[in-house]
Amino acid sequence: MLHRLHAIQRDCLHISRESIQQVAQEFDLPIAQVAAVVAFHSFFHTRPRGRFDILFSNCTSCGYLSGGQDLLQLLCLQLQVTPGETRADGLVSIDETSCIGMCDQGPSLLINGLPITHLNDNKVVQLAQLIALETPLPDWPANWFDIHHTVHRRDWLLSGSPVPREIMLKALDIGRDNTLAILLQSGLRGRGGAGFATGRKWQLCREAPGDTRYVVCNADEGEPGTFKDRMLLTTYAENLFAGMALCAFVIGATQGFVYLRAEYHYLLESLQETLQSCRRHGLLGNRILGHSDFDFDITLIVGAGAYICGEESALIESLEGKPGIPRIRPPFPVTHGYLGQPTVVNNVETFIAAAHIVHSGNETFRTTGTASSTGTKILSISGDCALPGIYEYPFGVRIRQILDDCGAQNVQAMQIGGPAGTLLNPAEFGRTLAFDDVSSGGSLLIFGPQRDLLTIHRNFARFFAHESCGFCTPCRVGTQLIQKELDTIAEGRGSAYTIVELQQLARLVQQQSHCGLGHTAANHVLEGLHKFPLTFSSRLQPQFTARFDLDQALASARHITHRDDSAAHLSND
Amino acid sequence: MTTEHTTKRKLKLATTSLAGCFGCHMSFLDMDERLAGLLKHIEFDRSPFTDIKHCGPCDIGLIEGGVCNAENVYVLREFRAQCRILVAVGACAINGGVPAMRNYFDLQDCLEEVYLRGTNVTHPHIPDDPELPLLLDKVYPVGEIVPIDYFLSGCPPSAEAFLQLLQPLLVGEKPQIAKSRLHYD
Amino acid sequence: MTAGNDTIRIDNQEIPFTAGQTIMDAALAAGVYIPHLCHHPGLPPSGNCRLCMVEIGNRSVAACIAAATAGQQIRNDTPELNAARKAITQMLFVEGNHICPSCEKTGNCKLQAMAYHLGMLDDHFPQFYPHRELDASHPDILLDRSRCILCDLCVRASRDVDKKNVFAIAGRGTQAHLIVNTPTGKLVDSPMAKTDLAANICPVGAILIKEKGYEVPIGQRIYDRQTIRDIGLYEQAEEKNKE
Repeated sequence: MLHRLHAIQRDCLHISRESIQQVAQEFDLPIAQVAAVVAFHSFFHTRPRGRFDILFSNCTSCGYLSGGQDLLQLLCLQLQVTPGETRADGLVSIDETSCIGMCDQGPSLLINGLPITHLNDNKVVQLAQLIALETPLPDWPANWFDIHHTVHRRDWLLSGSPVPREIMLKALDIGRDNTLAILLQSGLRGRGGAGFATGRKWQLCREAPGDTRYVVCNADEGEPGTFKDRMLLTTYAENLFAGMALCAFVIGATQGFVYLRAEYHYLLESLQETLQSCRRHGLLGNRILGHSDFDFDITLIVGAGAYICGEESALIESLEGKPGIPRIRPPFPVTHGYLGQPTVVNNVETFIAAAHIVHSGNETFRTTGTASSTGTKILSISGDCALPGIYEYPFGVRIRQILDDCGAQNVQAMQIGGPAGTLLNPAEFGRTLAFDDVSSGGSLLIFGPQRDLLTIHRNFARFFAHESCGFCTPCRVGTQLIQKELDTIAEGRGSAYTIVELQQLARLVQQQSHCGLGHTAANHVLEGLHKFPLTFSSRLQPQFTARFDLDQALASARHITHRDDSAAHLSND
Repeated sequence: MTTEHTTKRKLKLATTSLAGCFGCHMSFLDMDERLAGLLKHIEFDRSPFTDIKHCGPCDIGLIEGGVCNAENVYVLREFRAQCRILVAVGACAINGGVPAMRNYFDLQDCLEEVYLRGTNVTHPHIPDDPELPLLLDKVYPVGEIVPIDYFLSGCPPSAEAFLQLLQPLLVGEKPQIAKSRLHYD
Repeated sequence: MTAGNDTIRIDNQEIPFTAGQTIMDAALAAGVYIPHLCHHPGLPPSGNCRLCMVEIGNRSVAACIAAATAGQQIRNDTPELNAARKAITQMLFVEGNHICPSCEKTGNCKLQAMAYHLGMLDDHFPQFYPHRELDASHPDILLDRSRCILCDLCVRASRDVDKKNVFAIAGRGTQAHLIVNTPTGKLVDSPMAKTDLAANICPVGAILIKEKGYEVPIGQRIYDRQTIRDIGLYEQAEEKNKE
């Protein structure tokens, strides 16, 4: 159904009530279910977008403010557009979206789904002209759409090349049980961040009762600051598919899905080609490599702009054509996943690592990293450093080492694992990258001395308030309230009371929410208050101040009555 | 301030109604004969009951109503500055109440509906006299503008609720409103 | 003291349970009240309101969706949990437009009664004052979304009991809102009747039966006379009698 909705959005620039009704009929679903799916996703719209539909990333690394000027506002001025609204002539709409995974490429945007990176004021002005002249995208400078992956450090995984055939031959040769045994012994843990033992997950799924089983690859790389899957999906897609086929072989699945984030829609075509090529080479499809009882194929599904769909049970809901609301767990997907059947959900990097382990044996892997965190981790490094890009390190590497390697100097703070992860101060740079120390799905954001950390916190808070699925009260309302409190401080209306309030709110959201999004959404606030108290305390008023801008609250009345006398204003203190 | 001291002199009480209906004040009067007992311990400063226009230093201030215009802000700030203990009285002061139902609409729409498009409007004109306080974009609870010490819920709070609030304050104690007495209507 | 093989312990009271029961089911059946708004005996649980959060060790779980397992030591009626519940209730108040004096449901409203139960004196958080769509199209039923707390009870009641599937929740975050499963999105085009469970289960004044609002005067309504605790336990007992 997501495919169908994407097609309608592309062709009609929106999904009308009539289209919703039609899709409901086609898929034999309740209208309300289709309408709910449309409303849930940021990339679906019920009112027409422009023929040029532009979404600026608002991430701290690839966002429209990250180059030191407001590029979104600049483009809006150039084209006379109000952000979020479609221009009256239907030509263009400009809005912002959560991180689009171009953090090593400078300020970036998506135009009709295609990324344009390395933006600056000059390029934005040119872009405005191309739009004003209604130049079709194929006639735009082709190099604007180039995405270069810069891998600065290769280790165990990235020094290998795609060898899907060898991987499959090896597995078929040693058999299901031995393949699983290799994985179990390797100590491989999920690379998405949570770190559940991969072999154990496959084993649990294989043992779970069910009519059929599924393999799902979570390619919904939505944590702001992470982009390593973008490179893996481009360069190592064959090994990814081989990794998924291995899993299918072990657990006995015939159907797999790759759930690709909408921001990477532009990768779809090349992924389809790779899938086709794998099928041609007998690596997917019926009777894989001539093996009579091994059929497995993969379907690509594209999300539609919802960070929560990176949560595995929300992702499965989305696959099933429902809004991505995380399920009640337990039961977990390994026993009750897609369509209620046992399902393995793993990250892109995890499947590729599994494929490499099976291919090359687990000796090297086991002896790399630390005892509890074996192997290597691929990191997406961006922010204030000389060499942003992709780095592969053995687990156990010290944070200081990473910072030295990427040319980061006078670092004020780091956010590891995205806004949901860990905020580190310089005193902690001796800590190590490991599941039992600083754990990360791959995002490393570096903040230099010139950064205002409160701006970063507000950016993160806004991200969570925007991405909260709205299911449970503490997360739905609490993330909004946290955002408001941080804004209050930034606008100079905070007091000691605001700090107490923030702390209580953050703990409530962390402890009482339904899923991982809520459990982690307030981490940055609590860590910021603890590790960087001056960020907040230096902006506080000595006493309680009105919670909103009183003078601004009179603005519309001033406008309506054409008054501007002294009584038409209020001081804020 | 010691308890001994407070029992010697009468406590000063100020009251006002901002964006409210005076219903809370009427309910205050519902204390009836108990008011006589109360008046042995308190005297009124600024209040609709005294018609004193400005608030001097007071022990207790009771605010009825939410904040809908600039004048409400001035009055509320004066109360906060002058009153040792400030109490938000009634639904409107606490969360905006019935006047806050205008918050569902744009201010311009509200004013146009009343002064331009309304039935029986003979001289359509949105009032703009500088003597009139300007409306805020929304009606706000008092607690979003100044810190509040106690909340007395109800629309209006009953006479008993006023007593439950005031009697402990008179002897310098913290009022505790029994859960069974809680009412928002 | 430890709990036995088929018991759990809530605040030092031993409570029996049967396999498949949630902590909420077992607690209510034993007359132990755990605050709740989105749970209703006889409907599948959802776990969205988070009023029923209890603690097991250092974990917080929603009692309505967590399975009771032998030997659980559960904290329920503690000052810390009740403070968190009060904050969650206040969040529900500020998120919508809950102006009790103007609401037909006042006195019969579970959100209000929960606030009374938890001793809520004010809304604490800044008000959102949202603009939400009202649907008065149905001759017998009014849908005022500005009071909806997204508890999902009407969705489940309509789908699982009435078998009409009239409602769904759409939209993310604070954009989440109740929608009607008709081509127009209007309630009048749905098969909903005022006798449906979905028309009567709304804990707040979001779904109201028309022309009934003031049959019972304010001051003599359900929660003017009883607490939400009493009613919560009563609803469980009533459901048990049905079985």
